Formats: sequence, C-alpha cells, structure tokens
Amino acid sequence: MTKRNVYLDHSATTPTDPRVVEAMLPYFSEHFGNASSIHQFGRQAERAIEDARQTITNILNCQPNEIVFTSGGSESDNLAIRGFATVARAAGKGNHIITSPVEHPAVTRTIQQLVDYAGFTSTILPVDELGQVSIISLEDAIRDDTILTSIVYANNEIGTLSPLTQLAEITQKHHVAFHTDAVQAGGQMTLDVEELGVDMLSLSAHKFYGPKGVGLLYVRDGIDLIPSQSGGSHERGRRAGTQNTPGIVGMAKALELAYSDRDARIQHLAQMRDQLIDGILSGFSHSHLSGHPTERLPSHASFVFDGVDGNKLLMHLDMKGVAGSSGSACKTGNPEPSGVLLALGYDRQKALSSLRLTVGLHTTQEDVEYAIRAVSESVTTLRKLNSTVKSS
Amino acid sequence: MTSVDKRVVVAMSGGVDSSVAAALLVEQGYEVIGMMMRLWSDEAMGGADHNRCCTPEQMADAERIANHLGIPFYVLDTKDVFRATVVEYFINGHRQGITPNPCMECNRHIRFDYLLNNALALDADYLATGHYARIHQAESGKFVLKSGIDDNKDQSYVLSVMGQEQLSQTLFPVGEYPKHEVRALAAKFGLRVESKKDSQDLCFLGKNDYRDFLEVHAPEIMQPGPIVFRDGTQIGEHHGLANYTIGQRKGLGLSYKDPLYVIAMNPYRNALIVGTRDQLGKDELVATRFNWVSDEAPVGESFAAQVKIRYKAKAQPANVTVRSESEIHVRFDELQRDITPGQGAVVYDGEICLGGGIIQSADVAN
Repeated sequence: MTKRNVYLDHSATTPTDPRVVEAMLPYFSEHFGNASSIHQFGRQAERAIEDARQTITNILNCQPNEIVFTSGGSESDNLAIRGFATVARAAGKGNHIITSPVEHPAVTRTIQQLVDYAGFTSTILPVDELGQVSIISLEDAIRDDTILTSIVYANNEIGTLSPLTQLAEITQKHHVAFHTDAVQAGGQMTLDVEELGVDMLSLSAHKFYGPKGVGLLYVRDGIDLIPSQSGGSHERGRRAGTQNTPGIVGMAKALELAYSDRDARIQHLAQMRDQLIDGILSGFSHSHLSGHPTERLPSHASFVFDGVDGNKLLMHLDMKGVAGSSGSACKTGNPEPSGVLLALGYDRQKALSSLRLTVGLHTTQEDVEYAIRAVSESVTTLRKLNSTVKSS
Repeated sequence: MTSVDKRVVVAMSGGVDSSVAAALLVEQGYEVIGMMMRLWSDEAMGGADHNRCCTPEQMADAERIANHLGIPFYVLDTKDVFRATVVEYFINGHRQGITPNPCMECNRHIRFDYLLNNALALDADYLATGHYARIHQAESGKFVLKSGIDDNKDQSYVLSVMGQEQLSQTLFPVGEYPKHEVRALAAKFGLRVESKKDSQDLCFLGKNDYRDFLEVHAPEIMQPGPIVFRDGTQIGEHHGLANYTIGQRKGLGLSYKDPLYVIAMNPYRNALIVGTRDQLGKDELVATRFNWVSDEAPVGESFAAQVKIRYKAKAQPANVTVRSESEIHVRFDELQRDITPGQGAVVYDGEICLGGGIIQSADVAN
C-alpha cells in the first residue's frame, strides 16, 4: 500500500485551527499591550481578554469572575488541588482528598505531593474494568475531614467518561468540593458546570484546536484558593503572571468554534472512531477494546493486543506514517505497564500492549482504512517477530 | 544525493563511530532509521547506575544526532533478553570458573539476533553498526569478514560470532576508515560528539566492580577455598575464584621460593591452582562453540593461521585443526602466557576473520 501520513493522536494535541490563528495574530505585534497597564495599549489587551472570558462563560454557563486563565491543563490541576487544599485546611475544614486511579499525573502527583510533604491524606477510589469510578465507593469514602474530590471527566488513555453528575451530587450533599480534569473532554462533551455540578474544572486549549501553552480553571464563586504561582494580582489574585493575550483570545475562539458546531463534530468523530474500532477488532484475534464501549469520548479508540509490545507497535506504525500513542509509551526504552490498565485489572503483560488511536476533525475514511491495515500488518509482524526471537 | 532505495537501521550509541556511520549512510542515500538499545543493569544494586551503553546522556546525544541528520530515532527495550542471555552467561561462566566474554555473547544474541530481527521486521534491508570491521563479498558470492582498516581499533574479534546470513544483512560503514578520519568526518558532518573515554568495564556493571556484582548475583561462587599446586598440595586460601584470573601473580598472599601464578581453576573443588612461571605458558588450546563465518566448517583439516586469544591481543601464528563442526584445536608456534578459558579464540587468515570459539578449561583441553 502507498505510504500515507495519518495523524491519529488527537488526544496528545490537535492542529491549531487557521481561524484561531487568525484571531490571535493581531495580539502579537499590533495590540501587544500588557493587560495590566493603565494606558490605551493595556486597555486594548484587557478588552480582548475580557471578551474572551465572556465568550467562554457562555459555553461553561458561568460568570466571568469564575474563570482563571492559566498556561494549560497541568497548571490548572495544580492550582485547583494545591490552591484549594491549602486554604481549606488552613480554615480547619480537614485534610482528606479523594481521587481515582485513572487520573492524569498532574492530578495524581499533586495529591501525592500534598500527602508526602504537607501532611494531607488521600483515598483512591476503585474503578471497574471499564474504567468508571463506583458511585457507592465515593459515598463510603467521604469522611468528616474530606475537603476535596478530584475525578477526571474523560480518561486520556482509555477515553472512558466518568459519571460526573452523579458523583458531584454526592459530594454536594456532603459539602465536599469537586474538581474535574476536563482536558480530554473539552471540545467534545458538555462543559456546562451547572449541568455537571462541578466546583472546579480544568481545560487546555490545544486539545480542541486552540494554541499550546494556554488553558483555564473554572472556579465556582465562593470557592477559595491561593495561587500556586504567587506574584502580581492578575486573574483576581489567583494566578500571577502577565496574561497571554493571543493565547487567551485563541482559546476562546477555539471553544466557540467547537461548541457552535458540536453536534456535527461529534457525529464525524464518532463515525470515524467506530469504523476504526470495528475494522481493528474484526481484523485479527486477541485484540480488545479497552475502556467503556459506549461511555467514551467520540474521538477515542484504545486497544490491547496480546503479546505485542506497545512501544514497538508505535515504532512500526510510525514507519508506516501512522501516529498513535500507548499508555506504556516511553522514549527511553524503559516502558512501565500502564497504571490505568493495571487499575482496570489488566495484567502486566497486557498493560504493556496498549495502543491509543484518537481521530480528529480532519480524519477521513481513507485515513481510517489505511490505519486499520497498518495496525493489522504491524501486529502480525510483531507477533511473528516474538516467535522468531524466542526460538533463537 | 543519490538514492539507493534501501532501508537501514543503524544502531546508535551517541558516540562518534555510530554517529558517523549514520551520517555516511544518509549521505549515501539510504533511508536511515536510528535505533538505540536499552540494555539491562541492576539499578537496585548499591551505587549501580544505568547500563554504561545507554545512559540518559548517551540517549539524549543519540537522539540529538538523529534529529540533526533528520532521521527517526527509537529506543528498543532490550533489557529482558539482555539479562536472560548476556548477563546469565556472565554469571554462569563465573560459576564454572571461567572468565567469560559477554561482549561476544552480546553480538551473538543481542546485536546480530534480537536487534537485527527487529530491524528486519521494520522492513529494513540492513542493520548498520559503528564497528571497525569490513564486510566484503567474494566472487563466489560468499561474504567475508575482515579486520578494520585501523589496526588499533579492529573489532572483528567480537564479531567472529557472525555467519553468512547476518553478514549479508549488515553494514559497517566506518570499518573502511582509520579512527582519525572518522573524527574528521564527524566534524565534516557537523556532529558534535563528545569524545568519551573507552572503558574496559562491562556495560551492565554500571559503577560496580564485577566482584560486587557477583557477590549479589552469585554469592555461592564467592566462597573461600584452597589454593593448591597441580599435584593437589594446598599452599593457601583464596577469597572466591571469581576474584582471580589466569596469569595473575599479585594479590595471592602466598610465600614460596619462586613467584607463583594462577594457572587454572577447578570450580568443582572450588580450588585455585597455582604454579611457577614455567607452568604458566601453554602452546595449545581447545575452543568450542566455534562459529565459522563461512558457515562451512572444514572438518578434519589442519592449516596454518593466526589466532587471537584476547580482544586487545595480537594474533599469534598457530596451527589450527578442525575437530568437528563446533570444535577446533590450536597449537601455537610459541608459548602463550594468558590462555584464559571463557575468552574467545578467533582465527584469522591475514586480515580475514575465519571464525571464533570459546577457549575451554585446560583440564578439558589436556
């Protein structure tokens, strides 16, 4: 087959929409002012930022003062968890945090740091074999000193969606704050914070055809947090540092484009995803879909291929022009089994044998067909290689 | 730039030789893929470090060079197979009282088997490495392994494990150059390569001494035992056979009228056998697991050749008798002082490497 370049790693990042780039361009050299400055140049930048904030509130169904602009998803997670937990404990509310084993490291490691260095305690809820947190276990885990629950909206490796509304109902009942990392869900799932019932929500622009290096944290009015990066009183004292005017403008534009056209986008993504899943699962034996069959991101397909090293599979796909990723992916040849798959009950060997393919707005049927053939050929080659090498 | 429409996986280490090898192949128009093996080391051992062949710095260097050359770069997880073959061989060799040569074993099982097969699976036509050796095809169609142009750098000794199929799928781009020209080529290609000191230590030991390594991985062989003469008379006690090597004089802690040397080891009795200088030299050896580069063992033949018994030794004139498909007998023209069981005995006809085997213990040879 003729080599074709097929990008199926949209969960890693997406190309910036040219309309987004166009919206950003004036804010580099023309309207370059610092939004904190008092003069007209500053005012111009400030107006652009506040317009962007307004645009975003329409999509999140929130108030402008509830949006904190950050450098991206990881910073938003850090700010939400460390910033909130520090204040809550100082106010004598407790020091217990609840989370799940399928979180992004920005959540997991921030909580672990609070446990290791700052005397907090944590409970990691169990997940089922499809990657969903059990609702009952959350209720059981809540204690008098519980201050915060942080559960991912959609997991990055397996694409499973969490039952956020039901989880948030429980935390509300017990007056525990609820944060969600919505980085993977942004651009595809509803971000209406009233519907979801969350108190804090992290987003990153480059996952929905916006620029890299900009994100936001939604913080419900009345939730107190201290900045994890201290300094000037930007973003109402919650995030120090000169605001990234072009980035913020770009993020708002990207969100606006995503949500004005959401139904059509989701339909296309899900169609491409389903063709990919069907083609790969029917292609050969000992391949499984990981994560939830229906409650999953429209863009997201993830697999486990028995006896196939995920890293080698990526290498073979790369040589064929197909870009994917793996939960055990590692550039230094020292793969660790995917912690997410282990939490779902997969054994070590299977947790080293995963592949994630995430489709995008520009993914075509030809791309999907090519990718199915490339995966099929690569998996077959690698299974044959296993037997060659073992026998020598 | 010409295109040869062939795909090559080049084994990169971040060092000058493999980097220049990659650059030469790119220049010659090959489709080049950089690959580095992640090898095993016991990172849990006190003071242990990464495997010396793939430290994070070396990986970063190799990746930077690959980016500079505009080729893809991957790291291949080779830890388990390396542990199961090379490291196991090293430990077992010491258990048997020999001084194993893991580098030959690595070329046999890792580089020209595991890595080569992984390269071929990527639809590569060749695997290339930065070794100083040459592969030429004779008129008969047979592939011939020759020592590198640069005699001081020649690595054919550790490549003597290769056969025809492997040679037909392998390229040694720097084997045709002396080292100083390779350095000049690195400069010409704009490769910023740190010149690292060649270390004699085994890569998987990290910062550990091999004795410390064996203390952890084969404590049973680090037991004290008798030091005896050939006739069995005990003269002292040793600290574990793996601490000694054939020809060693210092550190035995013996007092005798003449200087004493380690002349053999008997792992079954855990005995270190010593003798006087005249007992040390030998003019014969038997090598087994012998690999013929031509794939054809001239069984029954006897011929004059040159034989190398250590990586850095000079090939010595000898008569070689081929006893079977896998065993040869070597009689040297002159006494050799350091015939060490476990090391390779590699047979040359001038610059042509005919093959290599493993030197057997003297008791087996006699």
